[in-house]
Amino acid sequence: MAKLKIALYWAASCGGCEIAQLQIGDKLLKLAEAADIVFWPVAIDVKYKDVEAMPDKSIDVCLFNGAIRNSEQEHMAKMLREKSKVMIAYGSCAYEGCIPGLANLFNRELIFERAYVETPSTDNKERVFPQTKFKVPEGELTIPEFYDTVKTLRQTVDVDYIVPGCPPEEKTTWLALEALITGKLPPKGTVISHSVKAVCDDCPRKKDVKKVKKFYRTFEIIPAPEVCLLEQGLLCAGVATRGGCGAPCPQANMPCTGCYGPVEGVIDQGAHFLSAVASVIDSNDPEEIQRIIDDIRDPVGTFYRYSLPDSLLRRARIR
Amino acid sequence: METPKIGVYVCHCGSNIAGTVDVQQVVEFAKKLDSVVVAREYKFMCSDPGQNMIKEDIKNLKLNRVVVASCSPLLHEPTFRHAVQEAGLNPYLFEMANIREQCSWTTEDHEKATEKAKALVSAAVKRVRYHQPLETKDVPVNPATLIVGGGIAGIQAALEIADAGHKVYLVEKDPSIGGHMIQFDKTFPTLDCSACILTPKMTSAGSHPNIELMTYSEVEDVSGFIGNFKVRVRKKARFVDEEKCNGCGVCMEKCPWKAPSEFDLGLGERKAIYTPFPQAVPNIPVIDKEHCVYFLRGRCRACEKFCERGAIDFEQQDKIVELEVGNIIIATGYDPFDPTPIVKYGYNRYPNVYTALEFERLCNAAGPTGGKIVLRDGSEPKSVAIIHCVGSRDENYHRYCSRVCCMYALKYSHLIKEKTEADVYQMYIDMRCFGKGYEEFYERLSKEGVKFIRGKVAEVTDRALTDEEKGKLIVCGEDTLLGTVIRVPVDMVILCIALEPRSDAKQVAQLFRISQGADGFFIERHPKLDPVATMTDGIFIAGCCQGPKDIPDTVAQASAAATRVLSLISKGKVELEATVAVIDEEKCSGCRVCNILCPYNAITFIEDKEVSRVNEALCKGCGTCVAACPSAAITHKHFTTEEIMAEIEGVLV
Repeated sequence: MAKLKIALYWAASCGGCEIAQLQIGDKLLKLAEAADIVFWPVAIDVKYKDVEAMPDKSIDVCLFNGAIRNSEQEHMAKMLREKSKVMIAYGSCAYEGCIPGLANLFNRELIFERAYVETPSTDNKERVFPQTKFKVPEGELTIPEFYDTVKTLRQTVDVDYIVPGCPPEEKTTWLALEALITGKLPPKGTVISHSVKAVCDDCPRKKDVKKVKKFYRTFEIIPAPEVCLLEQGLLCAGVATRGGCGAPCPQANMPCTGCYGPVEGVIDQGAHFLSAVASVIDSNDPEEIQRIIDDIRDPVGTFYRYSLPDSLLRRARIR
Repeated sequence: METPKIGVYVCHCGSNIAGTVDVQQVVEFAKKLDSVVVAREYKFMCSDPGQNMIKEDIKNLKLNRVVVASCSPLLHEPTFRHAVQEAGLNPYLFEMANIREQCSWTTEDHEKATEKAKALVSAAVKRVRYHQPLETKDVPVNPATLIVGGGIAGIQAALEIADAGHKVYLVEKDPSIGGHMIQFDKTFPTLDCSACILTPKMTSAGSHPNIELMTYSEVEDVSGFIGNFKVRVRKKARFVDEEKCNGCGVCMEKCPWKAPSEFDLGLGERKAIYTPFPQAVPNIPVIDKEHCVYFLRGRCRACEKFCERGAIDFEQQDKIVELEVGNIIIATGYDPFDPTPIVKYGYNRYPNVYTALEFERLCNAAGPTGGKIVLRDGSEPKSVAIIHCVGSRDENYHRYCSRVCCMYALKYSHLIKEKTEADVYQMYIDMRCFGKGYEEFYERLSKEGVKFIRGKVAEVTDRALTDEEKGKLIVCGEDTLLGTVIRVPVDMVILCIALEPRSDAKQVAQLFRISQGADGFFIERHPKLDPVATMTDGIFIAGCCQGPKDIPDTVAQASAAATRVLSLISKGKVELEATVAVIDEEKCSGCRVCNILCPYNAITFIEDKEVSRVNEALCKGCGTCVAACPSAAITHKHFTTEEIMAEIEGVLV
């Protein structure tokens, strides 16, 4: 059997996905047996023009991580889509927008203002901002255009599969790679994970009915080791998050933050998490309820940490 | 999915809709919508010709989905579902767009109303294609009935159901049934003796083979659903064996310890072992632990020594009884308003200021004064003022009218005139004499020399300004008909106190999963058309727990509630809601967020499978758990995400 041709690319991301890909450890050897890596900016020296030169659909699989926040990323996503038979949104940024997606609370102007003027370490009295084109004696320099809105890969190109996680767990990555190597591919659009249920299903903590009088931030309490974290007032997103990760965070006394995205069939993870949290508040007194929810310091960052661009809300409206 | 073939029918509702919405335009718009095979208009879609139009189209055009744009689904959804069903289509393949209450009635703007009607029709058309056929299920109705509250409402309902041959459990928290009515002296406007007309009903209820009287008992838990409720009742320890006691009363005679009588509102005394009043049903005393010296100090047992039947049992414990019933009638009555907080009226400050209920006892031949109307010092009052609307029609207390005060105030005038020489002053705001024979009673009293003074009383004081006022209670206020400030010196003041919800109405509402209005009274399903049902199927309300009312209205409601129960019993089965929530166990992670949310206790957690499950028989399809489920593992039949999203998409055209 001919070896698979694999491309790996990063857009608006942190680099964690590349590390996750390496984390499969000795399985890399199995991958190397079955596949040739034709493009991987982080590790091998292949230029954009080399990719451009490849015939359409000549790449078998592209693992694309990172969100789309500028014109270069959009261009590469479209190009790789044309060159690849199978396009995989790898990791939360490509899937849902993730942390870069929280920039959708602002727009380019506000982000530039913050980054190039307001930050305490910046001295920019002349208010110089990045320009897409700039003339220098040697000619015209260009940089990609920074967009107002961060988009997911699916909002940019047609995507065949999704590998969730920030970053994806080793076993999840391998589940996807193994499917590719063996050719046993699930139906198009599948989110590849070991579970269709919520993280709670993976979590060994004891679950009871939930009545919460106070929400805590993680540094404020040391949770009891065997009791559901949400019951203890920690905003654990496990209830609203696809499992398959094995619930490593709750097992390390940290609440799930929701990186595997919504459970199968859920349209808006944040709304579902919010609705669940609202449902466990143990009070019927409006003032007490207000006090309880005032403990939630960063609602968007809590409920939509990974999914703002992919949510029904998508972005904040800036007036 | 089969190819949707949708029929759209737009109703004129006379001019209700067509007067504001351009129906023709809506029809033309609907014709162009995806999958719409036919769109028509008609003057009254709910009429027979309107319904036939739909039925004919279903047959001739092979429609498999129907949308009617007319009034609120609350009104005619059942009508059209039935029509659709008669034409051989599953009734749930129908959707209603409300273009009357939510459209034509809300605006004068014809253009905008028409646009909105189009949007609502578009939403219904988009939604209906996702509708799934649903089936309703039947469950049998247990013919036994629980009635909570042994006042006139509870007694009446119990007798009607029991007379029809069905088992009734009548639960009353006090030692005897009878309620407030047995405390009254006479009833207005007929001046029947209250006890004389009530005690025969009480004894019938007490001895009826189909009525199991559970006095001195309270309902602690209710589970289940219409036709199949499970109820846990606590029978409080009487310390008297009900089987052995024959009600001879020796124990009460011999008991050396006294306490203020609750029945006489503290105006008289009773023994530590007592029945609240001589005609109590059942005629079995209870021992009041708070006042029994044996319980307080471990000595006495006089009652035990004299009881020939050995019925006294100091070791008796509360007993828990489990009942299974098909229907429940709540008839828990009212609390009399405590006027102490209205300091200006002097209740609890001046001894001769009485509440209406106290006056009833004072006036009653079996009461603490043997029916003599006297002041605290035993002398007869020479003048009496009756103050209306105390705690009623008062934004500081209750905004509502208590509906009975005007009439009992008139009755008091008559009784005072009959028994004493006193002058009687009615200090009223408005006289409300609306019932049968009430206006005539008012006229009769006007001729008996009662003085009517219109105006809200400002104050009752003992500070005399003249010699004439010395030693009197002076009722100060404005006579709004004369436009002057008045001071009326009297010997006795009677406060016509409001009827208010029971202090434990909230707990009762939670226990039985029924609702309270802003005023605290239980809410009926529909204020006009469904006055004794509640939003919880199989639970009915009667009497003053639903709102202040007089005895005839209470009895009528009780009979109505009994009839509702009887019709369910005779039908023998109830149809369960088809639009229920279902949990996909393949998707439920067992997080248990939904577990305590269900207002109907329909969700249970299956420990060994670690998933939650909805009991479809209990589910009312409220959707609370569906919204809360963070995994979207719960689907609300007929309100699926697909259907709702399609509807939203449709409305945004």
